Order: sequence, then C-alpha cells, then structure tokens
Amino acid sequence: MSDAPRRTALDATHRALGATMTDFAGWDMPLRYSSERDEHVAVRTRAGLFDLSHMGEITVTGPRAADLLDYALVGNIGGVKTGRARYTMICEAEGGILDDLIVYRLADEEYMVVANASNAQVVLDALTDRAAGFDAVVRDDRDAYALIAVQGPESPGILKSVTDADLDGLKYYAGLPGTVAGVDALIARTGYTGEDGFELFVRPADAVTLWEALTEAGKDAGLVPCGLSCRDTLRLEAGMPLYGHELTTATTPFDAGLGRVVKFEKTTNDGDFVGRAALTAAAERAETNPPRKLVGLVAEGRRVPRAGYPVTAADGTVIGEVTSGAPSPTLGKPIAIAYVDAAYATPGTEGVRVDIRGSHEPYEVVALPFYKRQK
Amino acid sequence: MSNPQQLRYSKEHEWLSTAEDGVSTVGITEHAANALGDVVYVQLPEAGSTITAGETCGELESTKSVSDLYAPVDGEIVEINEDVVSDPSLVNSAPFEGGWLFKVKISGEPGELLSADEYAAFIQS
Repeated sequence: MSDAPRRTALDATHRALGATMTDFAGWDMPLRYSSERDEHVAVRTRAGLFDLSHMGEITVTGPRAADLLDYALVGNIGGVKTGRARYTMICEAEGGILDDLIVYRLADEEYMVVANASNAQVVLDALTDRAAGFDAVVRDDRDAYALIAVQGPESPGILKSVTDADLDGLKYYAGLPGTVAGVDALIARTGYTGEDGFELFVRPADAVTLWEALTEAGKDAGLVPCGLSCRDTLRLEAGMPLYGHELTTATTPFDAGLGRVVKFEKTTNDGDFVGRAALTAAAERAETNPPRKLVGLVAEGRRVPRAGYPVTAADGTVIGEVTSGAPSPTLGKPIAIAYVDAAYATPGTEGVRVDIRGSHEPYEVVALPFYKRQK
Repeated sequence: MSNPQQLRYSKEHEWLSTAEDGVSTVGITEHAANALGDVVYVQLPEAGSTITAGETCGELESTKSVSDLYAPVDGEIVEINEDVVSDPSLVNSAPFEGGWLFKVKISGEPGELLSADEYAAFIQS
C-alpha cells in the first residue's frame, strides 16, 4: 500500500469549504462539511453535491466485451442496451461476493464498470484474469475520471440549467454522454441515496469547473455539498447494501437477499460464468433451507446499533448480527440492517433485541427499505 | 473556535466552570463536539451518584461513533441537564452553554486541569 492518501481533483475545493476530511480506502475524502444531519436532510428535501472520485472506473472494450462481462460477472450484461446501466456483482468461483458494481453500456462494444474504491484493484485484477481468451480489452480508468453526484428532488432542475442534454429522456439507471457546464461528461441517472439524481463522470481537469457550476446553479434550490457520512445514512435508509458490511466474500448474493442479481440465463456464453456452480447450489440452499435474512430494525429507544452488535431473542439467544446502523434523520430513530435467523425475519416479529454494549434494547423488525421516495 | 477563558479543561476534552459553593458545571468542548459530529444520544451519570476523576461516567453517541464520557474530577452529581438528554444536538450547537452535561459537587482536589490557553495548545499539538 502507498503511504500518503490520494487526493481527488476537488481536494482544494473541499478544504476551502471547511470539510472534515477522512481516510477512506486510501483516499482523503470529505466526511462532512457542516452537520451530517443537515446534509442528509438537504438530499431528501432539496439537493446535495458529492465528490465520489474515489470510485474505481474500469473500461471494457472490444468485439467480445459483452461476452467477457457475462462470464466475469453474475448479471446478464449482454442484455443491457446501449445507454443503460445495471447493478450487478462480481463473485469468486466459490460464490462469495468480491464487489457490487454498476455497469454502464456506453456503446455496442464499450462498457464502464464502476467498482467500490476499496475493491477497485481486486475487480480490475479479476476482470483482467477473466479476460483471457476473450477478444476484449480491460483498461484501468481510475485516473481518467472524477465523479460528481448531484442527488435529491431538486437535482433534475439544477442539472437542466447547466446542460442541454435531454434529462427528461434519461431514465433511472441510464447514462449517456453530454455536455454539462461546458465540459464533456457521462451523465448517468444513478445514485446511492434513494433519491432521484445524477452521477457525472468527467475528466479530473474539469472537476472544479463542474463543481462550481453546479454549486452556483443549485444556490437558489438549496443545494449543499455533502460528505460520505450522510451518504451512509442515506443509503442505509434506502436499504442499499454496502460492501464490507452487508456484502462480503463470506456471503453469496443469495445469502444477502440479492439472488435476483444472479442471472443463470445470459445473452452470451451459453450462460457460463465464474461462480455458476456454487451459486446454483446457493440458490437451491436458499430455497430449501433459508439462510439468515437481511432485515430492517427500528429502535424503540434512542441508542444506536453498530455493525457487529449481536441481535438477540427475548431470552438472550443470539439470532443474528447488525451489519450497519445509524440514527435515521428521516425516521428520527436509530435504524439498522441486520442478518437474522429466518424464524425472526418476518416484519413485526416480537421480542427482537440488539445487544448494545451489554444493554438489550428492543427493536422492531421491518421490511427494507426504511425509506422510499414518492415518485 | 475559542475556548472560554474562565473555564478549565481536561485532556479528555471536558470543560469545568469555576466551582461556586464547590459545585462545578461540566460539558464537552467545541473541539470535541466537532470531532464527534452530530451527537444523537447522551447517557449521563444519575443525580446523587459519585464519579471518579479519569473514569468513564457516561456515553456520547454520534451518527458515526460512540465515545466514553470521562469524569474530570472526583465528586457527587447534583444535577444533570435534562434538556441535553432530550435534545442531544445542544452539545453541538452550544457546547459551552445550553449543551452543558452535569453539575458536580467536587470532593478533594481536582486533578490536572488546563487553562484555556493550555488546552488550545494541547489540541493543536
């Protein structure tokens, strides 16, 4: 590992804004600019601006790019139309999750794979290995892009004022090249906040121009810069899994309740892909002998469950484990995502508690997500 | 940020008012509140209980983490701030005022406490 944390193209901007910075996967990233709660509320009610340049972009091109990705990932990537995006995962041969990804099909023979910062090298290495024998090129584009997200109900209006791209024609989970604030960008209607919003991939040299233009355009709409802290509470309320918490190499997509991302029928390769046999078995296991299930927990009290805390039944028996927890600004109560035994996974199950440093606090089992935006 | 001159400070980032009739008000500093982020839950020692300098006497929970609250002095808790229990964000918005945590009747000599300037130098180092 290198010593000094990496800095994004917006580093000086963050410091000028007074951000509290934090080390995240080897990057020095903004944790928050002011109050993480205010930033969270801004994204839910108005708009927030995020620097996500730590995310790992990998470009896959060539006549057999689709075949390679169908083989390397669990989704049916060959079936993704140009201009659309797909949430998917890359698994080990044994079925464990290496990372969750978003794949954009930019052209017939060109894809961009976006990996989590902490896994970008793992994903790059796996794709490179798995490319053997395919007429396709895997390119490390981590340094080629800065990524800025504008998220929240006001984000379409804000972005419209600085682009002539057809945002109305851009569906959720779609991405197309365009110009924003005079700079070339891949404009994607994706995000990780549970709100409508956009992710803008641009050259690092253009990042400050874009950030400043969006800040100016969003001033009257109440747009504020947002850090990683509120991003975590936003995604938690939206029930979105986070790698290292809900998803790990010890977990298959079926164990995570995300078996739907695994496509045994694929457009190419006759459905063959890395992990197929193990995931077929995991799917059968999930059918016959349900593993622990991912559920939502809402606190009755005010103490906050944290990742790793045991979930218990009324008699103190451990029945699961918290994977993520935080005070929910939207619900006004602490919430958590936890794996619990199937017998306790039904919403409304009585007697479920979280062991918060020795004190067994009552929790209500609810279906995920905690929060769903009104469309 | 400025640390009020009339207060004394512990290295665990608590502040104490000058004791009147042996009773001192205790809170956490703005520096500590900023480092914690939004405080969402406080657990304070009960009125009537005794605390021992250097030992934990409560918890401060923020969005991201939970931190122990340390007793800056030996003494008996005479009052806790019910306002901060019901609205922990006072710790962030007014750490030296409405966000005070408890009042303690100090017994014995206070331990090593810093002046405002010494504390400012301490958090810079």
